[in-house]
Amino acid sequence: MDKIVVENLTLQYEDGTESLRGVTMAIPAQAITVLFGPAGGGKSSLLRCFNRLNDLADVKAVSGRILLDGVNVLDPAVDVVALRRKIGMVFARPVVLPFSIRGNLTYGLELMGERDARRLTEAVEHSLRLAALWDEVHDRLDDPAVALSGGQQQRLCLARSLALQPEVILLDEPTSGLDPISTSKVEAALQELKKDYTIVLVPHSIQQAGRTADFAAFFLQGELVESGPGKDLFTHPRNKRTEDYVTGRFG
Amino acid sequence: MRAHPRAGAAEPLRNWQEAVLSRVIRLSGYSAIVFVGLIFLFLVREGLPALVEVPLADLFSARWYPIEGYFGVLPLITGSLIVTVGAMAVAIPFGIGTAMFISEIAPRWAREVLKPMVELLGGLPSVVLGFLGMLVLSPFLRQALDLPTGLTALAGSLLLAGIALPTIVSIAEDALDAVPKSYREGALALGATRWQTMWGVTLPAARSGVLTAVMLGIGRAIGETMAVMMVTGNAPVLAVRLASIVAPARTMTATIAAEMGEVASGSTHYHVLFFIGMVLFLISLAVNVAASAVVFRQRTRAERVLS
Amino acid sequence: MRAPGRGRGDPPVAGQPARYRAGAGRRFRVQRLGFALLTLMAVGTVVPIVLVVAHVLIQGAPAISWEFLSGLPRDGMRQGGILPAIVGTFYLTLGTAVFSVPLGVAAAIYLSEYAHENAWTRLIRVAIINLAGIPSVVYGLFGLGLFVLFLRFGTSILAASLTLSIMTLPVIISASEEALRAVPQAFRTVSVSLGGTRWQTIRRVVLPQAVPGILTGVILGLERAAGETAPILFTGAAFFLPRLPHSPLDATMALPYHLFVISTQVPEMPLRIQYGTALVLIAFVLGMNLIATIIRSRARARRQW
Repeated sequence: MDKIVVENLTLQYEDGTESLRGVTMAIPAQAITVLFGPAGGGKSSLLRCFNRLNDLADVKAVSGRILLDGVNVLDPAVDVVALRRKIGMVFARPVVLPFSIRGNLTYGLELMGERDARRLTEAVEHSLRLAALWDEVHDRLDDPAVALSGGQQQRLCLARSLALQPEVILLDEPTSGLDPISTSKVEAALQELKKDYTIVLVPHSIQQAGRTADFAAFFLQGELVESGPGKDLFTHPRNKRTEDYVTGRFG
Repeated sequence: MRAHPRAGAAEPLRNWQEAVLSRVIRLSGYSAIVFVGLIFLFLVREGLPALVEVPLADLFSARWYPIEGYFGVLPLITGSLIVTVGAMAVAIPFGIGTAMFISEIAPRWAREVLKPMVELLGGLPSVVLGFLGMLVLSPFLRQALDLPTGLTALAGSLLLAGIALPTIVSIAEDALDAVPKSYREGALALGATRWQTMWGVTLPAARSGVLTAVMLGIGRAIGETMAVMMVTGNAPVLAVRLASIVAPARTMTATIAAEMGEVASGSTHYHVLFFIGMVLFLISLAVNVAASAVVFRQRTRAERVLS
Repeated sequence: MRAPGRGRGDPPVAGQPARYRAGAGRRFRVQRLGFALLTLMAVGTVVPIVLVVAHVLIQGAPAISWEFLSGLPRDGMRQGGILPAIVGTFYLTLGTAVFSVPLGVAAAIYLSEYAHENAWTRLIRVAIINLAGIPSVVYGLFGLGLFVLFLRFGTSILAASLTLSIMTLPVIISASEEALRAVPQAFRTVSVSLGGTRWQTIRRVVLPQAVPGILTGVILGLERAAGETAPILFTGAAFFLPRLPHSPLDATMALPYHLFVISTQVPEMPLRIQYGTALVLIAFVLGMNLIATIIRSRARARRQW
């Protein structure tokens, strides 16, 4: 069953660069879909289209549809705020808000108007456990979030999104600045999370793509070249360009 | 740097309160334009009648004696001019020199002392400087230069220099600081001394910022009221000879301040004072537009080079 | 960064062209002279500042007493205290804050968080620079024309405060905008991605982080307003008032104006009182400066980004 369906998506920025060209693909529910390819391929732009974060950028024109559970996300009539709660996002560099650890986690809920202390505390614990961070920080939830290490901060960002109980989690090179141990902790968390969430990941290395992908899509300069089950794409890709990239002939 | 949608896209608003707030904030943004317009409007409204009530030849004559109906503003203009020029003759070299010192030569500890000191000078109310000018500076000048009175344009110039200095120093220092280290390092690598680098490379690279600093300093000097009012002697004489610098003079600003209180609203004198205010407004407008133009031109030149 | 071989300061080697040696020496002599000149200039800038403050401190300190600070003036201001002037300056500063802070901060929020860079915003910025450059006495004229006469507020704290607040607006807008822009853009992106509206983002993340910078700018702006004489000359300041002001529509005494009058227009005014008044004014203004500096450095230390 597909959670997100992209239909002929084309995205053009103010300066004329065409970031995505006629992209059509499906993202299955409760699995990790990996969008990989060399820089400038449009992967980040695609992610930002899912949660309409591209509204903040200098976008000139968008055409096509993105269906989340059958509803077109790009429709101007859509409640963008509700959409962004349903779709969580983790960015490449950990950006913790200038609050305590607890404050970071309750921020999204407070935005919604949630005030019940008990529900907030439950959400804090629940999301920290999901992000595999609870054991490390449960005794210092009121410490400033900036005091955490890079890897912990990134998992905090993951927990922050999870606190809103989204359905989809988008991750844009989430481990690019992290050491191997933190990276494997994040990847392990994702493997657990995919049982209940739909995960779309832009990896920072082809190896990470290989490790984590249930499904994969190869992007080259705004074009979707090939997509399919991860194993297939990495072991016997159908398209020559995919094969060149996967084997390291360019990139 | 915006948190929200570009023009045209729908902006999410939670409730009507946010919508109202949004509207209020947008209106506030334009308030500066509204106020400038309002000020100009009022100055013109009360100042333009002067052009009607006083024949142009008389208005620009050399006799300012309102009690007897003489409204020649020329002495006031020359008064402002000579005091400002004198002030800049001191403030520009001292200002740029101090800025160069702070930015290029001073060790860190000296910088930490100098910058607050200059900021302190900038914070001193001009009436205090005028007060001290009256009690200390003028008598000193009278004795040192053997003058009939110390209340002269020179005293005003010296005080004005002190008042304009913080503006010039801080803006020029910012501009010098902003010059990339690579410029200096490149010059030194080619064998230039630090001195040569400062004047041959760094200062020219910062010249638009330094020019802006000087222009804003000039603006500050022309606009100063209290300090000059207290030390220049307030004699509206045409200040055109070199010797005028050590004679009393009167600036446009001091004239308004001194005479506005005793003037009947709506009288010719009243209108002429507003007219002078209008002239001052236009002068400061010209200075600021010129300063902005300098910055703008420098920026576009840099953009062209870098693209 | 010394090249191998003979350095510039080294003793000459036989066979080296003489002009290299002489040229090198002269360049450095010029530099040393130049550095000395600039150092002198900087000292020449600083020393008068120190002298000024010290002079006022020394001459004015004898006048400072509890009676001076809290008592009413007597004998035509020649004796007694300057409480009305102190209170008046306080009221004017407060009044200025009431009008200029909300408007200035809102305008800064607009420029930083709402406005796209276009011709309109350029015009706004030009207007701000111009407001900052208008001579203070012209503000006084404007205040007289608009608030005192046209709106019939009369010579009052209200008219003077409104005049001072327009004058203070550019400082507050500039400082506030800078403080808001200093907050990392990433915070805004994160807040939006969590479902925050623009105003929620501003209220919960951006504004709180910008408060120290805004506060610093506000205090510095108010410090200038407190020390200004020309804008209040015809809009609110009075010299001899029998009692403290009761309402915003009353005129008031004020420290800068008081100093001006007692030093220029009152015969037989004891020097001590003049210096004392000047000292109180300087202390008021520099005290605010100090508070602003403390806020600035504490905020820098406690920043969480």
